[in-house]
Amino acid sequence: MTKSTKIFKYVGKRLLQGIPIILAIVIINFFLLNLAEGDAVDVLAGEAGSATPEYMAQLRKKFGLDQPLPVQLMVYLKNVLSLDLGYSFRHDMPVNELIFDRFTATGLLMTSTIILAVGFGILLGLLAAMRLNTWKDAVITVFALITYATPLFWVGLMMIVVFSLNLGWFPTSGMTNIAAFYEGWDYVVDVARHLVLPTITLSLFYLALYTRMMRASMLEQYGQDYVVTARAKGLTERRITYVHVLRNALLPVVTMAGVQVGALIGGSVIVESVFAWPGLGMLAFESLFARDLNLLLGIFLLSSMLVVVVNLIVDIIYCFLDPRIEVN
Amino acid sequence: MTKRLLSINDLSILLPTGADREYAVQDINLELNAGETVCVVGESGSGKSLTARAVMGLLPAPHVRVGKGEIIFGDEDLTKVTYERLRELRGSEISMIFQEPMTALNPVMTIGAQIDEVFRYHVSMSAKDRVEKALSLLVDVNLPDPAKIIDAYPHELSGGQRQRSMIAMALALGPKILIADEPTTALDVTTQAQILELISDMQKRLDTGVLFITHDFGVVADIADRVIVMQHGKIVETGTTKQVLQKPKHPYTKSLIAAIPRLKPRKARSRAAEVVLKIEDICKSFGGGRSFFGFGKPSRDVKAVQNVQIELRRGETLGVVGESGSGKSTLARCVIRLIDSDAGQIKLGDVDITKLSRNELRPFRKRIQMVFQDPFASLNPRIRVGDIISQGPILQGEDKDEASKRAYELLDIVGLDRRSFDRFPHEFSGGQRQRIGIARALSLRPDILVADEPVSALDVSIQAQILELLDEIREQMDLSMLFITHDLRVAAQVCDYVAVMQYGKIVETGPTAELFENPKDAYTKSLLAAVPGKDWHF
Amino acid sequence: MGNFWTRYKRNHAAVFGLFVIVLIIVMAITASFLYAEDPFRLVGKPLSEPLTNGFLLGSDSLGRDVASGIVHGAKTSLLIGFVATLVSVFIGIFFGAFAGYFGGLIDDILMRVTEIFQTIPSFIFAILLVAILKPSMSSIVIAIAVVSWPGVARLVRGEFLAVKNREFVQACHTLGMSDLRIMLWEILPNCLSPIIVVGSLMVATAILIESGLAFLGLGDPNVMSWGFLIGAGRTMLRSAWWVCTFPGVAILITVLAINLIGEGLNDALNPRLKERQ
Repeated sequence: MTKSTKIFKYVGKRLLQGIPIILAIVIINFFLLNLAEGDAVDVLAGEAGSATPEYMAQLRKKFGLDQPLPVQLMVYLKNVLSLDLGYSFRHDMPVNELIFDRFTATGLLMTSTIILAVGFGILLGLLAAMRLNTWKDAVITVFALITYATPLFWVGLMMIVVFSLNLGWFPTSGMTNIAAFYEGWDYVVDVARHLVLPTITLSLFYLALYTRMMRASMLEQYGQDYVVTARAKGLTERRITYVHVLRNALLPVVTMAGVQVGALIGGSVIVESVFAWPGLGMLAFESLFARDLNLLLGIFLLSSMLVVVVNLIVDIIYCFLDPRIEVN
Repeated sequence: MTKRLLSINDLSILLPTGADREYAVQDINLELNAGETVCVVGESGSGKSLTARAVMGLLPAPHVRVGKGEIIFGDEDLTKVTYERLRELRGSEISMIFQEPMTALNPVMTIGAQIDEVFRYHVSMSAKDRVEKALSLLVDVNLPDPAKIIDAYPHELSGGQRQRSMIAMALALGPKILIADEPTTALDVTTQAQILELISDMQKRLDTGVLFITHDFGVVADIADRVIVMQHGKIVETGTTKQVLQKPKHPYTKSLIAAIPRLKPRKARSRAAEVVLKIEDICKSFGGGRSFFGFGKPSRDVKAVQNVQIELRRGETLGVVGESGSGKSTLARCVIRLIDSDAGQIKLGDVDITKLSRNELRPFRKRIQMVFQDPFASLNPRIRVGDIISQGPILQGEDKDEASKRAYELLDIVGLDRRSFDRFPHEFSGGQRQRIGIARALSLRPDILVADEPVSALDVSIQAQILELLDEIREQMDLSMLFITHDLRVAAQVCDYVAVMQYGKIVETGPTAELFENPKDAYTKSLLAAVPGKDWHF
Repeated sequence: MGNFWTRYKRNHAAVFGLFVIVLIIVMAITASFLYAEDPFRLVGKPLSEPLTNGFLLGSDSLGRDVASGIVHGAKTSLLIGFVATLVSVFIGIFFGAFAGYFGGLIDDILMRVTEIFQTIPSFIFAILLVAILKPSMSSIVIAIAVVSWPGVARLVRGEFLAVKNREFVQACHTLGMSDLRIMLWEILPNCLSPIIVVGSLMVATAILIESGLAFLGLGDPNVMSWGFLIGAGRTMLRSAWWVCTFPGVAILITVLAINLIGEGLNDALNPRLKERQ
């Protein structure tokens, strides 16, 4: 069996393993959400000002909310399998469309965050370990320490104060300058400008985390026996650092990166809230208070799938990096 | 006219401030000529490893460093050359191989890549030439299927194969000096013999000077031209092998050599009639389960122990001898019910203990106890010594004061100060901890002791003391012992009866004297032939 | 014990962290003494800059004292942080110990459960729980504990797996010791170091989660909290930046101090060789 066939089978197996987990999550969340008082109709009626009990009963029938819980759940699961995620009361749109709309925004934010946090984190950690106990190391370590301790929302707000309100370099919120109706390349630049502050905010914490991890991992590897052997062979320090130590040091950091994805999604709720970034995080938050069950479940489903897929990708990357792991 | 390769003069290596002594080694004087093998012998803490590392500038800087002295190689003083010059010399003129081949090789690079590096950083050769040279090196070190090995990763090879690969890397550029820091200590005795032979062959071909660090006098006897004995960082004796081994002058050397177990087996004592422990058809396999909740592929089955039969008579010491992977440790753990065997019976007297539940087994704990191998892992670091020893009796329902009294008595028996009762394990040396482990095993007054490599982790002089202690105790308390070991010398000294294990099976049993004199099985013969220094009578 | 303190003292940053936390705890305890008025009360001119009108750190758009809010908010954060961590550590030790020691089915179940928890973004889960249980001190503590215990459980499981095969544990088996005794008295005391270190860092995380919840409006409405101050001050960012800034600095200092203590504990409990130069 060639390595690529092995990998395909492994991917298939992992995806299959992921399904029960996602299902379990959806079921748990379904019941949890129903524990909350009132339902979507209560909220809708409350917002409309008043509604007669008959009207509310009618609405409930329309949205299937008068059925017993387990039946609702079954109906929901059946729909999910046909990729129908239901209808959002609040937004008056099918959930699929709504999620798809907002997904790109969140996806953009998360991707740029991961690249920044992991990429820079590894670089900084590497630099700190190589220049151990020099001022460069001290600066990086202190920076990481402080950043690790700052709350996400506060950093965002402070960034707005400094860079938007005072310096005027970046816009304060939103994803695009709606009034400007940019097209083509201008549109891209506009989005990019809006992306800068939210990305930096979300990535700072994780940047600090990866920096510290990478530094610690490098230091641990420097103490290993094979480094002594490499020196005894007369290799240059450059070779030892970049080829021997780095490859081994990356392994635990890569594993960690996968684990952090779930946390990143959680953080996006806050960042999107601070910057009014039109993504899934804010959507989830709003739908919670609107008791918009379908929408919320849809978002949970999507984020869980995302985590499973990302973990899988990380595992595969790890398999390529570490020859000791059998793709079994 | 032999060429002088290396000259170490008055070398002293400093330890970091705050260590228990100022110098790691002091006033070391050493010479190495082309084509000769100099062995540096000593126990742990003697400084032999640090001395070896100092030659190549591999001391764990910056805190451990050369204090004074010089290391002359050719016409350069290695303590004073630039780092770049050192780097040039390493791997090309002076090479080093280490003790643990698993950790000494980079786990994420292929063997081929790691050999290739040696060429790349010292000479200019085309890629094709490098690969060819690498392949021929692997052939030189007797590795089968070199093409496969080039693409293999360290974890895919056996210990012996890894060590051969390391040797290939070290000798790739035909260095003048090879420094070997305990390269065979972590290997099986048969593999050790092969590696020693390999080093000797390569030495003859390349006229290399070999500086060989070891703690094993048997190895010294077999390979050394000259010997240097170190203790506490100083050289206490030097001379040719014959001089030092046959007519040692320094008291420390004399005591070390006296402590080596003789390969000539003890005289057989008469065997008692009573069988205290009968092991019948014991089988144990590992693995063989299925992954993914039983739906995946079955993983490979390892048959650790296959149909082992052993009879232990009262008052005798029966040795189970084998190399790693022979299943002897698994067998020991099955006997004491730390692991449950798959099939077979273990009879204490008339009772088969394999089927007993935890509770039913408890009273039998008083009959059979275990002494463990690693003195640093076999005692709970957070519990006082006295409590460790009295735990057993208290669990069996004895009164706390009675148990404490017994603990004090046991401390006396094993030769430890009574004040040890209130101390913690980390305050004791390896040998002392092993005594505590023995005291713990004796606390329940067992009549059978299973000793799983009880002296393998100890220095040779301590080893002799512990073996003597075990002998005394056995006499005094009329104990029967099942003694697991890989060291044939220890088996010769201690065991009345020996069973040889290979791949989970017993290949031969018999009284020690007979087995050592007239081994019948081929494996037994090869084991005995591989013992280092077997032709020397210490 | 004296040995431990000597080692701890060597890390100056950690000592500093301890000092800072002690100060903050003192500040929290003496809150009613320092600022006797209810921090929610309007006590002066709105939108005053720091060091004007008798406001040390300024006032918000309603005239509430920011400094008073910070001092009283310390109580909330510290209390929730410590209690949530304690609960979470206990639950985590319980499940992790059984899973690591016994393996088999119990271990499988625990691993599935932790996987589920790792797949649900923990902050969103916390929001969910607090929203369902209605925001209050206790619901926040429960929410934080529920999302944090799997991490502890995994750690404890790993430690138990490593220690249970050590020879001194095997020796206990040969002496006939019961499983529960071995778990509680032999293995657990030898796992405490990493648990303590992780626990201390979890307090910091708990405070961050709590302030995040409060920022989003899910804090206990009857209790002053740093997150609440920042959340309430959002709308005045342009005109009164100090309302958001100072509570955030308070969070930063507290969390930083706890992290430093955590590192100090790590160094003191796991003495390693000096790092290479």
